Amino acid sequence: MKKLLSTATAFALLAGGAYAEGSLSVYHWFEYIPQELVDKFTAETGIAVTIDTYDSNESMLAALKAGKLGQYDVAVPGDYMVEIMAKEGLLDSFAPADLPNFGNIAPEWLDVPFDSGRKSSIPYQWGSTAFSVNRDVYTGDINTLAMIFDPPAELQGKINVLDSQGEVLALGSIYLGIPQCSTDKEQLKALNDMLINAKQHWASFGSDTAKDVLVSGDAAAGMIYNGFSAKARAEGANVEYAYPKEGFVVWMDNVVLLKDAPNRDNALKFMNFLLDPENSAAVTNYAAYTSGVTGVEPFLDEAIKSSPENNPPADAPKGSFIQVCDQETQTFYDAIWTNLKK
Amino acid sequence: MAGMAPESGTGGGGKAGLGYRKLIGPLLVPTWVMIGIFLVLPVMLMAVYSFLTKEFRGGVVWDFTLAAYDQFFLNRGLFGDEPPVIEWTYITIFWRSIWQAAVATLICLAVGFPTAWFIATRPPKSRAIWLFLITVPYWVNLLIRTVSLKFLIRDNGPLNESLMAIGLISDPLPLVNTNLAVQLGLFYSYLPFMVLPIYAAVERYNFALSEAAADLYASRWVTLREIVLPVVKPGIIAGCILVFVPSLGAFLAPDLLGGAKTFMIGSLIDEQFRGSQGNWPFGAAAAMILMTLVLIVLMVYARAQNKAEAR
Repeated sequence: MKKLLSTATAFALLAGGAYAEGSLSVYHWFEYIPQELVDKFTAETGIAVTIDTYDSNESMLAALKAGKLGQYDVAVPGDYMVEIMAKEGLLDSFAPADLPNFGNIAPEWLDVPFDSGRKSSIPYQWGSTAFSVNRDVYTGDINTLAMIFDPPAELQGKINVLDSQGEVLALGSIYLGIPQCSTDKEQLKALNDMLINAKQHWASFGSDTAKDVLVSGDAAAGMIYNGFSAKARAEGANVEYAYPKEGFVVWMDNVVLLKDAPNRDNALKFMNFLLDPENSAAVTNYAAYTSGVTGVEPFLDEAIKSSPENNPPADAPKGSFIQVCDQETQTFYDAIWTNLKK
Repeated sequence: MAGMAPESGTGGGGKAGLGYRKLIGPLLVPTWVMIGIFLVLPVMLMAVYSFLTKEFRGGVVWDFTLAAYDQFFLNRGLFGDEPPVIEWTYITIFWRSIWQAAVATLICLAVGFPTAWFIATRPPKSRAIWLFLITVPYWVNLLIRTVSLKFLIRDNGPLNESLMAIGLISDPLPLVNTNLAVQLGLFYSYLPFMVLPIYAAVERYNFALSEAAADLYASRWVTLREIVLPVVKPGIIAGCILVFVPSLGAFLAPDLLGGAKTFMIGSLIDEQFRGSQGNWPFGAAAAMILMTLVLIVLMVYARAQNKAEAR
């Protein structure tokens, strides 16, 4: 599941032979790009695409640092991970002129703090991380993070939590109203104690299973990304996505050009392809998040445009990005995570 | 182990025996190369890494330190500024894994021994079919079998639904995300490793011995305990080791069936290399400690074997 190798265009690889325009290796999240779009890219350019998948920003970083750099052309890290990868020297840069569609990037996503001026990355999709509740099980007000961290009796023992340190600790900090990279010992202890107390009400940790457990009914509530929750709803689960009053996590996933990319030119073609509004809309229609490209509206499905997961209520607070802590501070958060999972 | 072969090859004698002995050295070369490349080198690499300094977010710095072992055995508080006390976190994780593996081994033995006995006592022709049937499920990838097991035992899965349909229970049995589910998963994963060695031992058993025991008025229980068990014991011990050792390091079953809520040895090590912590030296140290434990178990077994053979 975590390492499914999707040999996207095995046929093209076999048939192409001497006429192939080369290949492209993509390191991507699970369930995040429609196969039809990959096929369309291959049909337009003759480039055979291979996709490997990962289930968290951290495991992608770990794999690249453990020797997979130089094997992939592009990856799709979240906002904070772009910053980390740049600091680690894992990214290559390009000039706006390399991408004819560079001008399609939505202005608000052009000069972002994690990659100012968009030197190594382009927007893919953005969305939020909070949680969903099965409305057959619990009918009260769900717009508070207490649903996960201090759950009502109906939900106790039926909660799935993302198996992702960044998101769990960020949401926990937001719930307690403390900064994400705190060095205050009282605050860190409070976060540690709150999480350990909350864990007794949780059934499981899982990221790539977050949708399935809601659909199957194994979990009555679950931490989840907004579009993933929309997919759970589309698959028949009576779940409602919450915009908690304390706040929630917003993120943007970005396609980055990796250092030592074996097919740099093809990677740039692929990135340019994804900046085309019609193609970006195809990803949005599939993944149910929001595109970072202008001009996608005419191509979007009506259901996606009006989905409650993508349209927060007027009184919802602003979400916050996950912050990158310095090494010393990160040590505390690593210790809290190990403590939580021991 | 392989080096002992020349000493034991004295029985035959004569010219043929001498020629055979000369050949042993060259013939063993591939074995030593295999052991060197696939066993000694990786283990040494792991041992070296466990003494290195961790690099922030994965990787190592080549500064030698005992930090990884310190982290394993000593607790200096959440902020590392308290006086060190014994760290129970990882000992608990190890103990939990050992317990899970032991229970899985016992279930395997309880099911595997009668199964092996049954197969070994069939006529030779149908024996092959039974053995074949034992191996059939193992043609399917372990991951897929584990996920399927989860589908079977979940709250609204076929097991609970049918039990509820016949009125045996009114609420679904909470099976998924429990320790029992993990043990069940381990049992299911490794059962053939128990059946096959026991089968091999029972197949060699001379059933005339049982008849002789019965003629001498031994009860069935006494026959089993005094005659059968001593003969098939090596098979049972081999089966137990083959189930226990991989169960100890398993992380698929705990992750998928146990809900990944608590670390097992396997998932703890996995997290050090794949998770955000990226603490390679600590992962290597935990793996070294696990390997030491397994080695001790195997050495105790080897010693017991030697004693038994000497008798």
